[in-house]
Amino acid sequence: MRYGDKDVLTGVDFVIHPGEVVCLLGPNGAGKTTTIEILEGFRERSAGDVRVLGQDPRRVSEAWRARTGVVLQSWRDHPRWTPRTLLDQIGGYYAPYSTPDRTRPIPTDELLDVVGLTELAEQKISTFSGGQRRRLDVAMGIVGRPELLFLDEPTAGFDPQARREFHHVVHRLADLERTTVLLTTHDLDEAEKLADRVLILAGGRIVADDTAEQLALRAAVDVEVKWSRDGERFVHATQDATAFLRRLLDEHGDAVVDLEVRRASLEDAYLELVQRHEAGQSDEAARVFTEVL
Amino acid sequence: MTVQPVPSSPVLHAVRLGLRRGWTEFVQSLRSSQDQWFYLFTAFLAVGYLYLRRDTPVEGTDLMLPSVALPSILGGLLAFGLVIGPAYSLAMEKEDGTLLRAKAVPHGLVGYFAGQLVLHSSSIVPQMVAVLVPSFLLFDDLMADPSGWFTVVWVLVLGLLATLPIGMMIGAVVPNAQKVGMWGMLPVMVLAGISGIFYPIQALWGWVQVIAQIFPMYWLGLGMRSAFMPDSAATVEIGDSWRTLETVLALGAWAVVGALVAPALLRRMARRQSGSQVAAAREAATQWVK
Repeated sequence: MRYGDKDVLTGVDFVIHPGEVVCLLGPNGAGKTTTIEILEGFRERSAGDVRVLGQDPRRVSEAWRARTGVVLQSWRDHPRWTPRTLLDQIGGYYAPYSTPDRTRPIPTDELLDVVGLTELAEQKISTFSGGQRRRLDVAMGIVGRPELLFLDEPTAGFDPQARREFHHVVHRLADLERTTVLLTTHDLDEAEKLADRVLILAGGRIVADDTAEQLALRAAVDVEVKWSRDGERFVHATQDATAFLRRLLDEHGDAVVDLEVRRASLEDAYLELVQRHEAGQSDEAARVFTEVL
Repeated sequence: MTVQPVPSSPVLHAVRLGLRRGWTEFVQSLRSSQDQWFYLFTAFLAVGYLYLRRDTPVEGTDLMLPSVALPSILGGLLAFGLVIGPAYSLAMEKEDGTLLRAKAVPHGLVGYFAGQLVLHSSSIVPQMVAVLVPSFLLFDDLMADPSGWFTVVWVLVLGLLATLPIGMMIGAVVPNAQKVGMWGMLPVMVLAGISGIFYPIQALWGWVQVIAQIFPMYWLGLGMRSAFMPDSAATVEIGDSWRTLETVLALGAWAVVGALVAPALLRRMARRQSGSQVAAAREAATQWVK
């Protein structure tokens, strides 16, 4: 993908399988939104081959639209409508594409309940808070019971409770409706909770593609070991936690209490990777990440 | 995953949803104090002007000013509303994501544009009621012959077909809603000044008359005058005639041009819509100093 004479996406190769929840991570400006918009068929690409649900998103049919759902970063549309009339209206377009094993649209009452907007069903959308508005956006994205759902920073501005409820919604979609989900987020904890697989985009390339767990394991970050002995607190960082613990216990035995071993998290892995990239070592970073294991 | 069979006509289904959408938005508009204020304010200005000059005789006729100016102003107001209304809605809905939402839904754009047509066509009803009701209560000799209402209807329909696509085209090409003032409001105001709405067009230079007669606003005003005023008053017009055939041809030509060009421009606009464009518009709207 190219803007003017600057290539912004140069090495974006990945496959998402039906029913997978995949999270696209990356620093601001890495090209996450551009990537997702190309897949949604909202943006022309300058080169490359893309297939989404068997079609090139550049020339998609309305039947393809009926099988996908989109939740974008910023909607402010339909301020004068109420959630009920709007979901009835938007959902109506999916009705001709209903099949016995995938009835479309999701009935409005059921959908309002799923996103927790039942009590606000008759209120003007312009009066909604940011989080309520976002839940309505999600409802409109899934009203057609999509087989593939695109979520661009879906939980930005959510409070922790709304975030947890949203995670339930995504799990529900993936488990019960067999929906394939591609989401972008800045919340690494969210990626760890939701995603079957994580893609990290940096400098226009996919520099990592694996489960959150594997990525964390690969991060060349020390393991942190904490313990107390004789009322004193100790912290030690080590590459080899097992060997260190054996020595520690051999030496002090029962005197070691409150033992805590913290492995590298996805966040550690992510930050390390992005830092390396920003230090101009993206090629190296990508190589290390693909070759370490 | 298998290809799903599509029942009879999803397009027709979308048109029906679009009609309902337009009606819903029309009802919302009637209930919105913002829109009520617009209708009442324009009507107040128009009727106020007529009231102040209710005893001014019109040269060459035995009529008072309101009998001549009301149909002209009505034509001008309709042209204004039917150009600026859709231009603003499209420009704003490009920015707030409404159009993109329609694009993300199967045949959503069909429904969106059907809704726009219904919304803006029906908006002429409150506009007319707000001007006509007080006028008929305050002034005499407004409608020379009841058969004139028939003329009002066909002039309205043709005027609608001629002006609504212009508004949609402006809305499709303006870069943002703040530019509608420059690209839409300004030219329409200038046209209102030269189209024989507030004073006879013959008072202007010949070349200005020619320009005015290219655009539909003049013909909407003329058609309305022919509907409301007695045939004997045609002497105040160019060529001492209501020029009914020319009115039909001029408005019809704009309707044809609109029907041919507007869909292409709207398709181009829809193709260019993307989420980052909506996000950028949001940024730009909050950034006043550039």
